[in-house]
Amino acid sequence: MMAAGVRIAAVAGVLAALLLAPFAIYPVFLMKALCFALFASAFNLLIGYVGLLSFGHAAFFGFSAYVAGHAAKVWGWPPEAALLAATLVAAVMGVVFGALAIRRQGIYFAMVTLALAQMIFFLSLQAEFTGGEDGIQAIPRGVLLGVFDLGKPLVMYYFVLAVFLLGFLIIWRTINSPFGWVLKAIRENEPRAVSLGYRVDRYKLLAFVLSATLSGLAGGIKALVFQLASLTDVHWHASGEVVLMTLLGGLGTVLGPAVGAVLIVGIQNYLAALGAWVTIVQGVVFVVVVLLFRRGIVGELLARRRKGV
Amino acid sequence: MWRTSLAVAAILLAGAAQAQQQPAKITDEVVKLGILNDQSGTYADLAGPGSVAAARMAVEDFGGTVLGKPIQVVFADHQNKPDVGSSIVNRWIDVDQVDAVVDVPTSSVALAVQEITRNKNRVHLNSTGGTSDLTGKACSPTAVHWTYDTYALANGTGTAVVKAGGDSWFFLTADYAFGHALEQDTANAVKKAGGTVVGAVRHPFPNNDFSSFLLQAQASGAKVIGLANAGADTINAIKQAREFGIVQAGQRMAGLLVFLSDVHALGLDTTQGLTLTTGWYWDRDEQSRQWAKRFAERMNGRMPTMVQAGVYSAITHYLNAIKAAGTDEAKAVVAQMKKMPVNDFFAKNGKVREDGRMVHDMFLVQVKKPEESKGPWDYYNIVRTIPGDEAFRPMNQGNCPLVQQAEAQPAGR
Repeated sequence: MMAAGVRIAAVAGVLAALLLAPFAIYPVFLMKALCFALFASAFNLLIGYVGLLSFGHAAFFGFSAYVAGHAAKVWGWPPEAALLAATLVAAVMGVVFGALAIRRQGIYFAMVTLALAQMIFFLSLQAEFTGGEDGIQAIPRGVLLGVFDLGKPLVMYYFVLAVFLLGFLIIWRTINSPFGWVLKAIRENEPRAVSLGYRVDRYKLLAFVLSATLSGLAGGIKALVFQLASLTDVHWHASGEVVLMTLLGGLGTVLGPAVGAVLIVGIQNYLAALGAWVTIVQGVVFVVVVLLFRRGIVGELLARRRKGV
Repeated sequence: MWRTSLAVAAILLAGAAQAQQQPAKITDEVVKLGILNDQSGTYADLAGPGSVAAARMAVEDFGGTVLGKPIQVVFADHQNKPDVGSSIVNRWIDVDQVDAVVDVPTSSVALAVQEITRNKNRVHLNSTGGTSDLTGKACSPTAVHWTYDTYALANGTGTAVVKAGGDSWFFLTADYAFGHALEQDTANAVKKAGGTVVGAVRHPFPNNDFSSFLLQAQASGAKVIGLANAGADTINAIKQAREFGIVQAGQRMAGLLVFLSDVHALGLDTTQGLTLTTGWYWDRDEQSRQWAKRFAERMNGRMPTMVQAGVYSAITHYLNAIKAAGTDEAKAVVAQMKKMPVNDFFAKNGKVREDGRMVHDMFLVQVKKPEESKGPWDYYNIVRTIPGDEAFRPMNQGNCPLVQQAEAQPAGR
């Protein structure tokens, strides 16, 4: 009873902080952090709860950004339609990638996803509509549902926050559903899950598609935030970065990836003046985390609390 | 008649609008320059910390103040990522009162900065960005493109090499939009100057092994092999061409996007005989040598590249324009920059065009043989001076909306 009360208070506190944050912290930074937090959380759904390490998530994230950008800029779609299109495209890609990749496990799974993602990178580099290495620029943010002018930073922030919370809620609900328990069972012992009568491949595929779809949503909203879509987000570096964020924050924890994303984005933004040192700082942070708290920041905090109680 | 009177009316209106503005205003009591470039990656040598040093020199030489207000320099690493660059520039403008964003290599980042500075009415002085779209379809009334663009390099090298006898070309092209555009621009210049294009081969981007492509180029019998690629691809191609002895066998290599720092990194032994176009060379005359020496003192003996010199020149011109216009309002300052000629160690009689292009003479150079070089950084023989009007893309071919407006033509598309 007590624990539930504390939890509700904590959630309310975090929500209040998120609502008030743009008055204290620069909104563009917050929006970027939220985009990556959603991306990392979606990625974590797959690696943290099913135990599948995808090394091609940048394909969903980056390509959806192009789709959203193209729909909003060239076709003149309103932002909600552009986002929906981006999410749908990511879902379809997720089905194709997933159907091919889940047949293999471990390093082979990672390599299949990487190979498919490289194909998407090549497509993005060559295709006419992505603008090659220049990317798509000057994407209009538009007017949400014909009412909210997303050109204003605060309005855009609350929209991004709403999308993030929606995505986060979907992930949270998935993890804590019977479906989520089956996923965890697969992670812990796949042959046993099979012997219990679960069609493991279907569960894996569904989890993969869900993860891809939400990554696509994150990519689409990022294109609207920055009003640009570029090769950076489809490059395999982005796939690696999301792994880093998830590991730093805590693999298989609900909040971990979001914390990791805020940390990495914060380092990239606020230490940009350090020049070459940015990547070194990132590396040092990573080494420290791996050596001192292997469960990630949030994972370690949770483990300590559990031990204390 | 009607059109003239309309134009006259427009000029009068513009004049009236300008007269209404209260001049002599520096917002936030400071003029802040933000140097945004790659401090650690591929472009760190050609721009990077050197550009920051050049900017600081420009501010010191100007006296540290303009219209009685201090001038400050800040810098950041965009890591060649448009979203990182975009958030930095947004924060600079919204929170840190930056008035001008300077340098900005990497086309995707440069184009992103162009949009932000246009929307938020700040100045964009681009020196290292290559894309000619900055003064083409993405041109902005608050932006100036200073040192070079890919069109000028392609066109300059194409035309000048043909005039110097290299009249048959074979292209080694990076297989993506940038490479194709570079090849197209150069091929057009070659044909216009009376040369022929024998063939072209597309290589993947990025690529490490150029042997099969180089053999094709060698077998084509063309006098000139044009490298329509950039960065590491160009460097790899040049290195491997050396191993095949292509230049020694009589064919000439033409780099379409090569910087002094690339030549320095590769060494004269590898690059000798390479023909390229540059916007500026430190050892051109007494004035440029003097400046370069001061720069080298600050940078552990490294001589400045054309884009680092461009950063100094652009900032100085910008500060002079603020002084002359009596304000740091972006549109007014850039309009003033367009009125004043550029005369310094970087450019003689340079002018900033309506579309934001700074037009100045370019130089066709050939890399010296090791025995010709008198010391470190003595790398180029200037073969030909390419007059600015010949080097840069004519204004009416760029599809810049500003120019169409100025000429009172119906807006295209």
